[in-house]
Amino acid sequence: MSISVSMNVNGKAVTQECPANTTLVDLLREKLQLTGTHVGCDTSQCGACTVHMNGRAIKACTILAAQCEGAEITTIEGLGDANNLHPMQEAFRECHGLQCGFCTPGMIMSAVDLVNREPSLDETIIREGLEGNICRCTGYHNIVRAIETAARKMRN
Amino acid sequence: MVEQSIGKSVLRKEDMRFITGKGQYTDDINLRGQTYGYFVRSPYAHADIGDIDVSAAAGMPGVIAVLTGKQVAEDEIGGLPCGWMIHSKDGSEMKQPHHPVMAGSKVNYVGEPVALVIADSFVEAKNAAEMVDVDYMERDAVVYAETAQSAPIIHEGISANTCYEWELGEKDATEAALASAAHVTNYEFTNNRLIPNAMEPRAAIADFNTATEDLTLYTTSQNPHLVRLIMTAFIQLAPEHKLRVIAPDVGGGFGSKIFVYSEETALAWASMKLGIPIKWTAERSESFLADAHGRDHVTTAHLAMDEEGHFLGLKVKTTANMGAYLSTFASSVPTYLYGTLLAGQYKTPNIYVEVDAVFTNTAPVDAYRGAGRPEATFLLERIVELAARETGRDPVELRRINMIQPSEFPYQTPVALEYDTGDYEASLNRALKMADYDTFGERKAASEAKGKLRGIGFSCYIEACGLAPSQVAGQLGAGVGLWESGEVRVNPTGSVTVLTGTHSHGQGHETTFAQLVASRFGISVDDVEVVHGDTGKLDFGLGTYGSRSLAVGGSALSKAADKVVEKGRLIAAHLLDTDADKIDFDDGEYRVRDSNQAKTFQEIAFAAYVPHDYPLEELEPGLAEKAFYDPGNFTYPAGTHICEVEIDPETGVVEIDRFIAVDDFGTVINPMIVEGQVHGGIAQGIGQALLEGCVYDETGQLQTGSYMDYCMPRADDLPSFAVGLTSTPCTHNPVGAKGCGEAGAIGSPPAVINAITDAIGVRDIPMPATPEKIWRAIASTTRSAA
Repeated sequence: MSISVSMNVNGKAVTQECPANTTLVDLLREKLQLTGTHVGCDTSQCGACTVHMNGRAIKACTILAAQCEGAEITTIEGLGDANNLHPMQEAFRECHGLQCGFCTPGMIMSAVDLVNREPSLDETIIREGLEGNICRCTGYHNIVRAIETAARKMRN
Repeated sequence: MVEQSIGKSVLRKEDMRFITGKGQYTDDINLRGQTYGYFVRSPYAHADIGDIDVSAAAGMPGVIAVLTGKQVAEDEIGGLPCGWMIHSKDGSEMKQPHHPVMAGSKVNYVGEPVALVIADSFVEAKNAAEMVDVDYMERDAVVYAETAQSAPIIHEGISANTCYEWELGEKDATEAALASAAHVTNYEFTNNRLIPNAMEPRAAIADFNTATEDLTLYTTSQNPHLVRLIMTAFIQLAPEHKLRVIAPDVGGGFGSKIFVYSEETALAWASMKLGIPIKWTAERSESFLADAHGRDHVTTAHLAMDEEGHFLGLKVKTTANMGAYLSTFASSVPTYLYGTLLAGQYKTPNIYVEVDAVFTNTAPVDAYRGAGRPEATFLLERIVELAARETGRDPVELRRINMIQPSEFPYQTPVALEYDTGDYEASLNRALKMADYDTFGERKAASEAKGKLRGIGFSCYIEACGLAPSQVAGQLGAGVGLWESGEVRVNPTGSVTVLTGTHSHGQGHETTFAQLVASRFGISVDDVEVVHGDTGKLDFGLGTYGSRSLAVGGSALSKAADKVVEKGRLIAAHLLDTDADKIDFDDGEYRVRDSNQAKTFQEIAFAAYVPHDYPLEELEPGLAEKAFYDPGNFTYPAGTHICEVEIDPETGVVEIDRFIAVDDFGTVINPMIVEGQVHGGIAQGIGQALLEGCVYDETGQLQTGSYMDYCMPRADDLPSFAVGLTSTPCTHNPVGAKGCGEAGAIGSPPAVINAITDAIGVRDIPMPATPEKIWRAIASTTRSAA
């Protein structure tokens, strides 16, 4: 069964016809060609697909596009581009918080949400806050540094 | 003058696309008219296949074709070869079972592909795959290395399920050393099986053009040329010049993306058969089932010492689980990447190692980060620790008195390798200082005061990297050469395009190699672009694994850059009307010695492409040079890792209080990238030691087939790391680099286990050392003390 869904993605109104069981990540990747959001697992564990829905981090593999009717969705492409980086994107680069880059968009989207919702951050809170995002390359060391760095900039 | 960037933490050129979502991984690519493949996989570990009824599946919506292993056999496609011949101690060749692209008559592990459904959409392909009706007649499964040799036969004609019985070293001398020793330490253990889990699942798109007969394969590979070579020369899918393999952005590999697998081979075959582009992207559960796994050794070892603690001999017997078939380089891992490393940093005069490789009804096992070297290091650094404890010696001092000294290089070990250089005590001393070893006793007392247990563990590792001298590798059974290619193309404006046969999937080559070449020419790193990962753009290359890229690929680029400099010197001599031997090249300028006459690198480049005033009778126009570099020896990164843990005896939970790694990687181009590689390696090593373990039940069903069951290291499982560098540059390559990609995963597991066993006062604890195992171990010591 095909349905019509409307939402706002990265500041643009979007209406798409899609099968009712289409997940948000499939809509983003396959229909809207926003391939910065990745799929790294099939059990909602790895967090590579993390995007923002109405300002909060969600896993786009575990929500139907239909559930996002009327929502504001922000993906990595909407967070900032090369000419206008978000402080978190900038900090990941400055602190070498990425290697292969596959988990990175989801990691950055989670990290932005973490900084936004936690009034004060320390290493323990950051590490616990990243529990839903797996990185196999960095050992998280530089991701933690990046989030500390970005948090300072975001709060100023 | 442009600032030299060698040794500087230049930010990565590749990062901008990754942090903005503009990377292009295989699954991000969509071709016009693309269809989707989904594999039907065996639910049984060991079964005969009867009929395969595809009629229901073929009638499902959107289905274009259903191809089975029986058609693969009819078309005589495959099997998948193993590229390294190992000989048994009796001189016979290893037993290599036929490895079908898809199983046609018998399945040998859970997850083995049996059929491929191709449909207009992924969902339609997946739904139809459920309708493929395969008749299986189940057999008893052979699962574990310990029992494989006495179990039912898996492959007809391969007795005792044994691939080879290999040996290295002097048996008699080693046994004599053991017999005459003042003390012998014995150690039996398992090196746990791991699942690599690069975050990007494997994927491929095969696109056959029926008009030109060109086959293009996009795939998640660490070595696209090797894929092309194997698919053309061995599997004979297409002529080599008609197959283009593109490995675009690749989301991590750790060894698992070296190999040529069933899936991309079946896809290429199907695309040629049907004349349509087909995409397949693994779901994570498929990665667990069908990516090549790592480790899985069962070992008994004996270390002999004299009265003073000097090592006299080491005897080792290992049984290595190969899984159901030999993956691309599987046979080399428990032999030449393992037995040769058993001298470690020590002057043990007699070493003998035997390895039986066995087949089981499990996924194939091959190289995973470190590949053989973590297994050797774990053995050695655990048995040395046990020897120290058994004889009441300080584990640091026991290591120290046995270490090869800087004055003793080059050092020939009893297990084939000749170490070129090193200073092992320099790394050890630095690590001890960074760990505040002097005050460990105070911290231990403080932990005890609050009811906790504290322990410290050491690991002094060595590895052999920079694979590899081709002649040596060939003598040892390698089916390919292991040189590397590099090309440096200076563009008319003086910017540079660098082509390398290595592949970057997280290692940052686009930056490191740009630094290497930019520094040579005195130009900005921003003016150098690195191209890799496309057989249509590059001559040939052997790819990235074994920490080889800078040591071998960087050396090829260095030599190509030398050729560019020399050609530029001839052009400059003409333009400046002098002899080439009177011209110095420095800081991006060709200067006539003792004069102020000079031409910039950019001026020379322009003259080479606009040769109006040019020595055309002596020199071709243009400024682009290639080099192929075959190393003279392996490189030998080495270092010391120290782990300090605090354990809650009530719960068995381990907190890593500090983890120190001091490594000697020779010359370092970009310390930021090198430290990142070390961090990631340590995380995987701690993962092996504390969290990760692949479990099959006795019927061969994978029990750890998702992130719910297989414990990946997450941010809150790990500490921050303290990383330091020492340097004795490699003596035989022009860069002086030794390689840094695997060291973290090699050095760290024994440091962690040594720390835990030190803390809780037990001899051994199996990996992964979960809280449950630790709690039980503590409970057993408490009981025996009571």
